[in-house]
Amino acid sequence: MTEPAITPDLIAAHGLKPDEYQRILDLLGRDPTFTELGIFSAMWNEHCSYKSSKKWLRTLPTEGPQVICGPGENAGVVDIGDGQAVVFKMESHNHPSYIEPYQGAATGMGGILRDVFTMGARPIAAMNALSFGRTDHPKTRQLVHGVVEGIGGYGNCFGVPTVGGEVRFHAAYDGNCLVNAFAAGLADADAIFYSAASGVGRPVVYLGAKTGRDGVGGATMASAEFDDTIEEKRPTVQVGDPFTEKRLMEACLELMQTGAVISIQDMGAAGLTCSAVEMGDKGGLGIRLNLDAVPVREDGMTAYEMMLSESQERMLMVLDPAKEAEAKAVFDKWDLDFAIVGETIAEDRFIIEHKGQVWADLPLAALSGTAPEYDRPWVETPPADSMEPVPEVDPIDALRALLSDPNHAAKHWVWEQYDSQVMGDTARAPGLGAGAVRVHGTRKALVFTCDVTPRYVRANPFEGGKQAVAEAYRNLSAAGAKPLATTDNLNFGNPEKPEIMGQLVGAIKGIGEACAALDMPIVSGNVSLYNETDGAPILPTPTIGAVGLLKNVRNLIGTAPAPGDLAILVGETTGHLGQSAVLARVFNREDGDAPAVDLLAERRHGVFVRNNRKLITAATDLGDGGLALAAFEMAVAGDIGVTINEGDLARLFGEDQARYLLACPFDCAEALMIAAGQAGVPVEAVGRFGGTAIRLAGSEAPLEDLAQVWRSAFAEKLG
Amino acid sequence: MRGAVIVFPGSNCDRDLAVAFRAAGIDPVMVWHKDTSLPAGVDVVGLPGGFSYGDYLRCGAIAARSPICVAVADHARRGGAVIGICNGFQVLVEAGLLPGALMRNAGLKFICKPAPMTVATADSPFTSGYTVGQAVTFPIAHHDGNYTADADTLARLDGEDRVAFRYMDNPNGSAGDIAGILSENRRVLGLMPHPERAIDPAQGGTDGAVLFAALAGALADA
Repeated sequence: MTEPAITPDLIAAHGLKPDEYQRILDLLGRDPTFTELGIFSAMWNEHCSYKSSKKWLRTLPTEGPQVICGPGENAGVVDIGDGQAVVFKMESHNHPSYIEPYQGAATGMGGILRDVFTMGARPIAAMNALSFGRTDHPKTRQLVHGVVEGIGGYGNCFGVPTVGGEVRFHAAYDGNCLVNAFAAGLADADAIFYSAASGVGRPVVYLGAKTGRDGVGGATMASAEFDDTIEEKRPTVQVGDPFTEKRLMEACLELMQTGAVISIQDMGAAGLTCSAVEMGDKGGLGIRLNLDAVPVREDGMTAYEMMLSESQERMLMVLDPAKEAEAKAVFDKWDLDFAIVGETIAEDRFIIEHKGQVWADLPLAALSGTAPEYDRPWVETPPADSMEPVPEVDPIDALRALLSDPNHAAKHWVWEQYDSQVMGDTARAPGLGAGAVRVHGTRKALVFTCDVTPRYVRANPFEGGKQAVAEAYRNLSAAGAKPLATTDNLNFGNPEKPEIMGQLVGAIKGIGEACAALDMPIVSGNVSLYNETDGAPILPTPTIGAVGLLKNVRNLIGTAPAPGDLAILVGETTGHLGQSAVLARVFNREDGDAPAVDLLAERRHGVFVRNNRKLITAATDLGDGGLALAAFEMAVAGDIGVTINEGDLARLFGEDQARYLLACPFDCAEALMIAAGQAGVPVEAVGRFGGTAIRLAGSEAPLEDLAQVWRSAFAEKLG
Repeated sequence: MRGAVIVFPGSNCDRDLAVAFRAAGIDPVMVWHKDTSLPAGVDVVGLPGGFSYGDYLRCGAIAARSPICVAVADHARRGGAVIGICNGFQVLVEAGLLPGALMRNAGLKFICKPAPMTVATADSPFTSGYTVGQAVTFPIAHHDGNYTADADTLARLDGEDRVAFRYMDNPNGSAGDIAGILSENRRVLGLMPHPERAIDPAQGGTDGAVLFAALAGALADA
């Protein structure tokens, strides 16, 4: 068997820049083999190496007394008391989902679930944040159907409840949809499994499904811009098998109980290469692999193909040799492959043998340690121009326009395709603010949300980054949960363009400031760059996934007001219409600055809502669509009308931050006002729940009419 | 009182069913699909929801041919109680322990939502805690819950009062709005909705707890 000669074209096809190739030559003192070139390209692409973002990611706050393990492992680990921990992460599968929506989204779910159970945690909740192009773009409907079915097909079969997420539509995603999948799991705090190998001469074991040629070069594809040759890239998308993943999880969790696992790493992007290097590098060891033993499902696979395959549902593990038989028995029980494919070695080498020949012999630590890191030039996003005046329109007409837009309409068409109830602990299903699941067998509950407003981030990356964190904080607080920590999924365009890099830098700065101020450290995350098609970038979309804790599931604040409840607005309203939903939907304008985020006010108001849960029937945060949309959503949750006494368009639809709408029984209102006064929190009674109509500043419509618009708009445009 | 919960590869409501059994006073014991006999003293067998064998071939078809299903069929033939929920219902029809078939939902999509139903018979160990015509809500979560059978079978199910639950707002196209049916001896229940997801106020409802309590009561009396 001979490998192709290394040519400049071959180097370019591997996504390596000439200076990066020079670095390889310097490192090796010789030309790399074809297999070695593949290994370098897998390790040094943007997706695996974070070479453009690393410098800035280091600035994020990642520590706190609640953090057991921050970024760097498969997922972050956070203490939730009683010796238990929540393990979570969010990750993108954008490019594969655009090329092959069902399998792309399905394997995105598979990957994030594996990240969680690799750490020894049983997944207990999932969310996903989806961004698509215009609803009338010819590709959108097919993408929505494929992605939603793919997520459902995988998650439902695996058996994890999907309890939240976001779905948005904007022309900037026409050629590049975003699929960000979040998963959280539950583990004992003293039984977390890490990826660092230890001990020389220990067996390296391959677990799970067999290796095929699917996904060869996937990570490199995910680090390139799209153009009209995109359809040719379909074979780089992997195919998911949730049934195997479910068995793999059960087998891994069972195996971990036996004490046989020294370290474990899932095979995700760049499969065997990335997982082996990671385990060796973290443990300061070398790895020797003999590919003859790798279970394969296709004949004649080469070393190159095996090292770069992204076949799904596979794990790599360093095993305690004394427990080999016990470990094998567990995998036999679940009818999964279990093969010893190598060993840990003392020298810093990564040796790949196959059919009696050495195909790669590289310095292992250098593969990740000396990966290129760039300080890319960036320019600050210029301040937004001052806004043209916004004309007044009838507030009910404006509300109806929002409700009939799939961005703001009910998403039941999506949520009902996901099993939100499996595991029997779901306390709040998707569609009603943050999702909540009980911690099995306890009174505690974990609360989940994911948020970002990309229009804000484009206008003002710094404030927009802050806002994404603040909105997540508010969604957790409105459910009564104490915010614990976050994961970030940073989706941006081509970082080689200084203005795009400027968006990334600005957003990270804003996210960092907000996470520090709100005590929600970032414990895991993922960066997806090059989200452009023919040079047009997506809206900068740094999705924030956040987790909060309720000591008792009964403390979950409701979403449905009772008849006669006062509508109490928490926070300062100035009527900020820049980049607002009403501006976009009613006036087709996306101008003005993003709303400023006062982090001290966010914290004060969030604590106030949480501390006064006994005085309120229901709560929601104010985001897109401001007071009017929040009041409508609460009304529809309670199947009851609402009257908001007065206000112009800016007051009703403005998107000032740090605000909540509360439903408060009349008898509790005085106590709530006093508490607000003591806490220095501005509150105002703005109306009342009751009756069967939505009334906004004198204009009105029957609740049922508007609810019908809201319920049907999504399926009408996309179903 | 003991309840066996059969665990197939791909079952994912096995724990949930065990929790519901235990809450009703039925001691659950998990039984692996490769086993060839049920543990001694089992009063009721539960076939849980999930995706046994990944739903490959046909939902429930491979599980129905698992070694343990021979023992489950023996248990049913001896008059033992069996409850199959969701994928468990699919296994029961594939195993021939209940008539009919479960096809893809009429809307061709997976559906997860609360399903309001009426209780069609109170004459079974599972439904004796309800009154006929009572409205109850259990969540559904399935892709293949569209119950169908030939006209004679449907007429027989009606005539013999063997329909256990009917949907109030048929979500999946099931014939006769059928959500669950009983065997001839009324000791085997198969249903698509999940009573085990409605046993605690934190889940949003407790209508399902009544079913498990009635079952426990009936087993205790037996």
